[in-house]
This record gives sequence, C-alpha cells and structure tokens, in this order.
Amino acid sequence: MTLPEAQSKHRELGLTDFEYERIVELLGRDPNDVELAMFSLLWSEHCAYKHSRKLLRRLPTEGPRVVMGPGENAGVVDIGAGWTVAFKVESHNHPSAVEPFQGAATGVGGILRDIFALGARPIAVLDSLRFGDLDSDRSRYLFDHVVAGIGHYGNSIGVPTVGGEVYFEPPYEQNCLVNAMCVGLAPRERLIRSAAAGVGNVVVLLGASTGRDGIGGASVLASAELEAEAEKRPTVQIGDPFEEKKVLECCLELLGRELLVSLQDLGAAGLTSSAGEMAAKGGVGIDLDVARVPLREADMEPFEIMVSESQERMLAVVEPAALDEVLAVCERWETGAAAIGEVTDTGRIRVLREGDVVGDMPVAALVDGCPLYDLEPAEPDGWMYGNRTADPSGPGGEGEDADGGGALLALLAAPSIASKRWAFEQYDSIVGSRTVRRPEAADAAVLQIPEAETAIAVAIDGNGRRVACDPYVGTVEAVLECAQNLACVGAEPLGLTNCLNFGNPEKPNVAWQLNHSTQALADACRALEVPVVGGNVSLYNETGDGPIYPTPIVGMVGELPDPARAGGLALREGDAIALCGPFAPSLAGSELAKARGDLGPGLPSLPIDAVAAAIAFVREGVRSGALGAAHDVSDGGAACALAELAIAAGIGLRCDLDGLVELRGVAGETALFGEGPGGFLLAGSPQALAELAARAAEERIELLVIGEAGGDSIEIAAAETEASVALGDAARAWRSLGERMGVELSA
Amino acid sequence: MIVGVLQFPGSCDERDALAACERVDEARLVWHAERDLGDVDAVVVPGGFSYGDYLRAGAIARFAPAMEAVAELAAEGRPVLGICNGFQVLCEAGLLPGALLPNAGLRFVCRQVEVEVASAETAFTAGLEPGERLSIPVKHTSGRWFAPADELERIEAAGQVVFRYAPGHNPNGSLADVAGVANEAGNVVGLMPHPEHAVDPLTGSLDGLRLFASLAERASLAPAGS
Repeated sequence: MTLPEAQSKHRELGLTDFEYERIVELLGRDPNDVELAMFSLLWSEHCAYKHSRKLLRRLPTEGPRVVMGPGENAGVVDIGAGWTVAFKVESHNHPSAVEPFQGAATGVGGILRDIFALGARPIAVLDSLRFGDLDSDRSRYLFDHVVAGIGHYGNSIGVPTVGGEVYFEPPYEQNCLVNAMCVGLAPRERLIRSAAAGVGNVVVLLGASTGRDGIGGASVLASAELEAEAEKRPTVQIGDPFEEKKVLECCLELLGRELLVSLQDLGAAGLTSSAGEMAAKGGVGIDLDVARVPLREADMEPFEIMVSESQERMLAVVEPAALDEVLAVCERWETGAAAIGEVTDTGRIRVLREGDVVGDMPVAALVDGCPLYDLEPAEPDGWMYGNRTADPSGPGGEGEDADGGGALLALLAAPSIASKRWAFEQYDSIVGSRTVRRPEAADAAVLQIPEAETAIAVAIDGNGRRVACDPYVGTVEAVLECAQNLACVGAEPLGLTNCLNFGNPEKPNVAWQLNHSTQALADACRALEVPVVGGNVSLYNETGDGPIYPTPIVGMVGELPDPARAGGLALREGDAIALCGPFAPSLAGSELAKARGDLGPGLPSLPIDAVAAAIAFVREGVRSGALGAAHDVSDGGAACALAELAIAAGIGLRCDLDGLVELRGVAGETALFGEGPGGFLLAGSPQALAELAARAAEERIELLVIGEAGGDSIEIAAAETEASVALGDAARAWRSLGERMGVELSA
Repeated sequence: MIVGVLQFPGSCDERDALAACERVDEARLVWHAERDLGDVDAVVVPGGFSYGDYLRAGAIARFAPAMEAVAELAAEGRPVLGICNGFQVLCEAGLLPGALLPNAGLRFVCRQVEVEVASAETAFTAGLEPGERLSIPVKHTSGRWFAPADELERIEAAGQVVFRYAPGHNPNGSLADVAGVANEAGNVVGLMPHPEHAVDPLTGSLDGLRLFASLAERASLAPAGS
C-alpha cells in the first residue's frame, strides 16, 4: 500500500497512520480529500468515543421508565399520562476556552437541538461551569463571557435556565469547562427517532445556510489538547439564537403535523455526522448533492460543505408527497429548507456535486469502522496537581481567620461556595411558566408539568477536586449529591445523564482516573437503580500545564407528584433543625483543606446503601409537607450548609454538633467544616421534627436534632470549636461574588 | 371579550401571556402577518426577542402587518398591553411615549421586583389602588425607560406614568423609576415587568393576574359594541 502525500494530510487532520491504513483497507483504495475530511471528523475522539466506548458499556441503561437510552440524540423517560421527558448534558469546553461568549452560546444551542430533534419542546437548561481561581484575570474574563453567552442564547430562545453550578479551581485555568444540560417535554406518541428510512425519501436540510465556520471543530479543537488558542479561533462556531428559535418552532410544527419521517440535528462534524448517523441507524444509504446546500460563501469546496459546523441546522427525512407542505411550513417560519438528497438502498454515503460523485463510502466504515482503543491505566504516584502548598495561615489556622467564625466567613466567601446570583440573574429562569423553584430557592430546580399532572426536579453536580482526590469515591459522591439534591425537593430520580470531562486518555494517569470514575458511575447508578440514559465524553482537556481535575458531571431528572409540596429553604423562626443521614465528615479533599493547600490522594467512603436509605427517608419527609427546609450538606460542610439555610431565610440559628462529634469520633473543626456524602439538614416545627425523629428511629435512619432557628446570628458549636458570626456578616460574605466580578448587587 | 396575543418570530412569552389571559377571559394567538384581527377586542404584545432584537429591540416587529391593525385598534380606544419586548415594540411604533435603552448595568437581569401602581386610570389598573405594591418579575437587557426632560414633565403631569419601581427596586436605571407608561387616552399601556409571570402562587406571586382581571372586569362592564 502506498502512503502518498496524503500521509502528512491525515496527520494534520488528527488521524494516526494506523487509522489511515484502516480507512484504505475499508475503502479498498486511498480516500480522496472529501472522504479523508469526513473520516477524520467521524473518527475523532469527539464523534467516535474511541477511547471511552468500551468503558461506557459498563453503565446500566435500562429501567422501567426508560423510553430511549444512549444512542439517540438524548435520553427519554416516561412521566405518565402519555408524556415523556428528554434530557442530555453535553460539553463545549474547548470552544469556550478559545472564544467564551460564542463557545458557551453555541454549547447551549447545540444541546437544545439534541432535545428538539426528538420532538420534545425544551423546557429547561442547566449549566455546569469550571474556571481557574477567581483571582486570575483570565478566569474572570472567561466566567463573565461564558455567563453572557449562555444568557444570550437561552434568554433569546425562550428556554429558562433554571439551575447549575460553578467551581473555581487552578487546574481549569487554561481549560475551562462549559457543560450544558437541556430538558425537554414531549407527548410519547410525538417522539421521533433519527434513523433514516424509506428508499426514495427526500433528505431536507432545515435552518441556517452553511458557511466556513467551525470547520474541523470536532477533530482539531475538541479531540486534541488545547494549545495556541488564537489560531483555533476560526474553528469556533457563531451562534444565532433567533435562527434557532425559528427552526425550533418550525420543527415542532412539522412534527405536530406528522410531516417528518426522521429528524437529526447538525452538531459536531456537520452534515457528515448527521447523514452518517441517520443512514447507519436506518441501515440505508444517503446521496447528498452539495450543490443544493444553501451557502453563505459561493466558492466553498465539497469537503468544507460536508464538515462545516455552521449552527442552527437540522436534517430531516421527508416523504416526497409531503415535501411541498414541509417547504411551506418552513417559509411561514421564515427559515431555510432545501432538498439536498435522498435515501438509497446502497448502504453508502455518496457525496455529489451537480450529479458528479466526489465522495463514496460505506456507511458502516464511516460511522462504526473507527478502531476502539484500550486504555493503559496507571495509578499516579501521589498528587498530580501543583496546588498542594500546606499553608498554615489559611482559614481556621494561625492567621486572622484562626477561629471557627473566621473560617466560616472565609469559606462562605470562597467563590465555589458563595452565592452564584451574579450569574443566574443574567438568565431568564421563569419563561414557560413552569418554574416552581428558581435558582437558590431549593437544592434542585422544580418544574411543574400540568399536562401530566406532575412535576419534575432537575439537578446537576460534580466536584472535580474530590474526584481528583479519589476518582472512584469522588464519582460516587457526585451521583449521591445529585440524588440528595433531588430528595431535598421531594423528587425520586428517573434517569441520569453524564458528561465525562477528563484529560488526555492516552496518558496512563488520566486513563486510570477515567477507568475508576466510569466504574464508580456504573456502581452508584446500579445501587440507586437510576439508569444512565445518555451522555457525552470530553477528553483531551489539558494544556502544557497538565490535565484538568477529572470531572464527571451528572445531571438527574426526578419526579415529584405534587409541586405544591416541593421542598425548599424556608426556615422559620422557632423551627427545630436536624442533621440526618450517615454523613461522616472528613477534612480530606474539603474546601477547608483546599484553602490550606492541604490536598492529597484519598477520600473516606460510605456504603452507598446507607446513603440511599437516607435519601428515601428525606424524600418521603419532604413529600409529607412537614418540613419547611431541606438542604444537603455539601461544600464547606455542615457549618456552611447551616449558614446557607439561615441566609436564605434571613433568620439566625443556634446549633450544637457535639452529637456528631461523639457519634463519628471527629474533632470539632471536622464536624463543622468536614465534607462527605449522606448528610441532610432538615427543619420544621419542633413537633414535626419530633415525629420525624421517631420515624427515623423506627427505620434506623440516623437523625440528630442539633438546634433551632431564631435571632440574628449564626452560632454553631462543635466540641472545642465554635463558629459564631452575625447573620449580616455571613450574608455579605456569601454574596460577595458579584463585587469580585466588579458588579454591584442589590440586597 | 377576546384578547389577541401577538406572535412574532422570536416571541418567547406569548404562550405564558395567552395562559394568563385565559385565566380571566377568552384569548387566542395572533400571527404577526395577520392584517385583520377580526373578533379581537383587546391586544397583548408579549415579551421575548422579536426578530432577535436585531437592529434595536422592537424596531423590526413594529413593521409587522398585525401592528398596523393594533394601531387602528388603539386609535379606536381598545385596550392594548405591551409587556417587556411588547413595550419596546409599542414605543418603537409611537403608540407609547419614551424609549427603552440598554440597562444601566448593560446586562440581562432576571429578578422579582416590587412595583408601585402610579395610576389606576387605565384599563389594566382600574382594579388597583394608586400606591399599591405588586411583586412581579423583570427579565430584560433593554428596559431603562427614558424621555427628554420636557416630555417626562408632560407625561408626569398627564398622569401617564402607570407603574414605578418601588424604592431600591429599580433594576435598570430607568428614569424617575418608571416601570410602565400609558398613552394620553389611557387605553395603551406598556411595562417592563412581566405580569403574566405573576399569575400563580406556585411559580411566583398572584399580583400580575390583577392587571388581566382589571381588563376582564372593564370589558364585562362596557356596553355591548363599545
């Protein structure tokens, strides 16, 4: 076999020599430029999951409520009365690191298309964001522009952004993470799949015209380590939410009129990926004529048209008899529509230009021919990151924050813990009239679904620092935290979506993280009986400074029967406060340990079953309507969780954690600020809490009544340590993020 | 009474506004290309990003055929309510005084605010008391109402300021804390806060519903054919 001048070309496009030889073998000849470009995109990590697909087979994907699992554009679960909920989380990390506003905006645009490609109307967006330390100019710039980009797209298209989370950690300094999750609602009978069908049917390209933006985005940008960002800026796509709004409404109307055979969004790798996947799923072939694709620039080459990642486009299969009506609906919505090809029985993707064949490949080779690689994991020798600097002057140490109160204020002001109001006020959280719990009104967002006489709760979680400490335990914690957040509003998980954000999987230490994290995700989902219905993998998140923290993000959708009884944070004067669950605080991997530069490998673990029992107990307690507030113990430990409750309600509290100190045999400081899964704060009338405590004793759930609400200070004692601060001071610390972003916030 | 809720390409809150109207009376969506509004007695121009807010918020939507019909309806003295982007459209169409500039903070802001009723002399506030406070959310990027000093003076004197942000609640730097204004006749009202997102205690407050209830009550009192 010859490796002609294409040899250097395939490497430029991100293919290895081995992969190139495989392509030649599958085609029986050397690929031409069009074919090589198409293979390089579909065989990229981003599209082919070549380093992760084997691991993902471990995940449990089946459950009684699952309607569609992995492999479709998004997962779908049944919520009864003929209605379903579709959801998926996806990354747009490298585009956001290169051009944060457009990167984040098109990240939202892309995940929205995945949802309405199924026939579901998007009803909520959540975001999971990671940046470097807030003190860095670059991090503030990225944070500012990413938030603006998310708002720009979500607000303009009329889908509420109802929740999310943001962490600031040094390993994300160069390679920020932007994961967006979308939730959609569809009548079960309206759901549509992406499999092309019906030989002779017409392939119609809907929406925006095709330009040169985003060429090579999936391979050059998303599937390689990040370097020389300025040069890669042209590979970032530009979003137009107005165009997408029209395409969205148009597609839903087309589906409502039953005019489409199948529908698929155009995302990474553009037409190549959409046509390839539609043909592969349908077991058919597709002929496309690039001369019929509406273009922004007249002189585009066939390969550019096939791999362009221009946004706001959808690909539909339509019966010839329905074509005129389809075009009329598109005209009414003032959005583009062009018949660009047809479904064939050849099993091949053929690219034509005015009838001349310029590319011809077997669908199976293009879509499923990419070699899958085994990882070569190796456990790292100690802490892999550069931020371990034992600093005794940190909060609670020897400096001015030496007492518990000082440490509490310092932690509340830590950007990862502080209120994210500065960000979420820039998002429309209420359009659609479904939002029962807005951001920071509860541990999870709650949306009413009157159509099905029910409500859903949505949360997204994942603490990369803790996964860095222990990929297995940290990932289990992410799943538990998400389930705990749902329990706090009274919701039971229906399904989970995930985005695995990791460094370069070809490096043994990253492979080791990915391997353990995926196993933990599988084990935790099995133990909680939550099926994984979809997800996304984002690898090569590293720069010359090293890999990011391993960051599996999990998003869960749960159901609660009565939105009027959704849990919240309404602490009332005179309420009794309890700590519930098998929570065993430890400073390992905690925010306090981070502040002291005292991070290292290893986290204590808890039996998942014990946490699952507490989750079920809290869920039932919230559903009974007896609890005014339910809040899980998370970053910054019990003291920060208590302070958050007090600040949200504007009421002080007095608590004593001596019971926890004795029960777990930990120091006072650990009881106050130690972290770990399985802890809930519950508040309600003293009588309601007494009844709850009695029920907990019967069911062998650990529950300690630790104090009561009232006054205008936060006073938390734990053995020899006490954290006492004025409520106003705590609120100012917790709300300091806006000030640090250079924006004033009203009270 | 039938309330027509306009729908432009890029409208986002039209279904919410429709549902709010349907809580008090009959309502239907009106497509932007409709020149004849037929049986429609009152109009709501809803929020969102008509035409992507391109050029300037409301600047393109004001040329829609349905807006010609709305102008005629307004001239006949029928009630017209513009909410957020709808307020921007009505200002661009010259049906309401003033203009809406980018927020002082130059950012989109979504927040529950307190609004004071400044005039009960409109179809949408007849059931309210001057000085009453309503809890209604805002969500916009260009909501800073502005008018030249002489025009502001004239509008204030004529009682055309309908809503003001309560002290400490002005989210956008609006002149004289103006949250909503009426035309001279008082039948056309525009406001930046979203009353259609304050019609259910489950999702916020009930205060916004009172604007729609005022409209329905007025319609039921009006003599037939008026």
